[in-house]
Amino acid sequence: MTTTTRTDARWAAVRAGLSRGWLETKYSLREPGDLVWNLAFPIIYLVVLLFMQGSTVPGTDFALGAMVLPSLVGMSIGFGGLTGPASTIAVDREDGTLLRAKATPNGMIGYLVGKILMFALTTAVSLVALIIPAFAVAGDLRLDVRTFVLLVLIFLFGMLATVPISVALGSLLKRASQTGLLFLGSMLLIVPSGIFYPITALPEWLQWVGQVFPYYWLGLGARSAMLPESMASVEIGESWRTAEMFAVLGVWAVLGMVLAPIVLRRMARRESGSTVAAARERYMSQGY
Amino acid sequence: MRYGTKDVLTGVSFEAHRGEVLALLGPNGAGKTTTIEILEGFRMRSAGEVLVLGQDPAHADEAWRARLGVVLQSWRDHGRWQVRELLAYLARFYVPYSTPEVTRPWDVDELIRMVGLAEHANAKVQNLSGGQRRRLDVAIGIVGRPELVFLDEPTAGFDPHARREFHDLVHRLADFENTTILLTTHDLDEAEKLADRIIVLDGGTIVANGSAEQLARELTTQAEVRWTSGGRRHVHAVTEGDPTGFVRGLLARDQEVTELEVKRASLEDTYMSLVHRAETSGAETSGPDKNTADAGGPGQAPSERTEEVQS
Repeated sequence: MTTTTRTDARWAAVRAGLSRGWLETKYSLREPGDLVWNLAFPIIYLVVLLFMQGSTVPGTDFALGAMVLPSLVGMSIGFGGLTGPASTIAVDREDGTLLRAKATPNGMIGYLVGKILMFALTTAVSLVALIIPAFAVAGDLRLDVRTFVLLVLIFLFGMLATVPISVALGSLLKRASQTGLLFLGSMLLIVPSGIFYPITALPEWLQWVGQVFPYYWLGLGARSAMLPESMASVEIGESWRTAEMFAVLGVWAVLGMVLAPIVLRRMARRESGSTVAAARERYMSQGY
Repeated sequence: MRYGTKDVLTGVSFEAHRGEVLALLGPNGAGKTTTIEILEGFRMRSAGEVLVLGQDPAHADEAWRARLGVVLQSWRDHGRWQVRELLAYLARFYVPYSTPEVTRPWDVDELIRMVGLAEHANAKVQNLSGGQRRRLDVAIGIVGRPELVFLDEPTAGFDPHARREFHDLVHRLADFENTTILLTTHDLDEAEKLADRIIVLDGGTIVANGSAEQLARELTTQAEVRWTSGGRRHVHAVTEGDPTGFVRGLLARDQEVTELEVKRASLEDTYMSLVHRAETSGAETSGPDKNTADAGGPGQAPSERTEEVQS
């Protein structure tokens, strides 16, 4: 086996992974269940924004709904990136998808590349779906080239900051049924993240908690992209803190990329036909 | 191979040759799956030496993996995928491992035809029947044209028709592709139909290794001698060794012997008693004195008994 063949084989796996990501996105968009899931959130947001009509951001006469929408964009990136890969990995591990990847030469590379692409694409789709609630507040938003460039950057940084961490968390779960815990944890983190209400209105200790996790920074970034410059005045430090935002997301990205391969490899090493058979047996007898 | 302090495999030594179909046969809990998972590189062993295609599976690389086919039992993985798209996706990984001698991977449409899924090529995996799904599992296992294929309990849960179709597929693979096949089963009938050589595992050790005929000779030491003498029918069981000696003595002793009949216990009888012993001993604690239901297996003290039955 020469080195060139080995490199060729890895690139072939990356290309196969890209086709996997594309196919899985296609399958997901065709699935009525997934479609309902993807559309449910934008519609819920639309209702929330409609209820906020008439409210303004405290201390200003800016519509509260117009401030919440960009925050929702940030939250969707974080929620998609944090919960999606973890729950998929936990499920794929139980049903044998990961074992198939393991039985294929360089199959784990293809699997991971495919998952990352799929989550980037489906999260992007859910962002596009946010156009629906955006109609309620479009008049107050700032939408130009800068908005678009910043949003793409925040999307990419957000994916890098959340997907690897999520892969690591998913590998730690013992059963697919435990993914509910991740959703719950994510919901709890959204409370102090300044998504639905300005973070400055929270007690100071809670502000610090919120600023540790990516949700706050993704929301802040999206607000900096989509709101007029004057709205920075209600943020912490009366600034968009763009450099700090990329720095914090960068730290999460590095942390995830260091942890994920270690945890994933440790988990994958234990996978065998009998672990999948055991999961199937448990599922058949207990129903979860 | 050891779990905690309990050895689950001891003295499992065998070789497989190119193009051979080898069956690991044994009752549940005999160590078949553990053995095959060590060979597949999916499970680490605590001791012993293993070479598969010239490499130790515990440290083998992806090029080794490319020469290997593992037929997994699918459950609900890749349920949304189309049969053809799934095979085409997996085939891509093998392209760089193609050599002048072995063109990898298999042509996907040809493979789909060969496993009899041509009509379902565009079907979703989750809509396939159990038998169709297993044929897809085989197709996935061999898409890279492996030199060695592992099949763990391939026909568990099959109806007789699906089982027979599956057997035909395995034969085709071994005959036309010169593929070495190692399969596990607890069904003697299946092992006899498919395998060139059968290895019987029991309690983590090999109790027999050979072709079905060799096994019948090796494993079934029990024979029954029946005869009529003085109007009465006699039955004598020889549980160890050759019954010829007993017959010679009998004929010398008794001049009135007629209707002499010597019958060896079938391989099936012996195997069933092995399974029975494995099942009953599972409930008991294994002590130094094995007082479990012994049923004439090898390594047992010779014992003979004669019964008389009224004809």
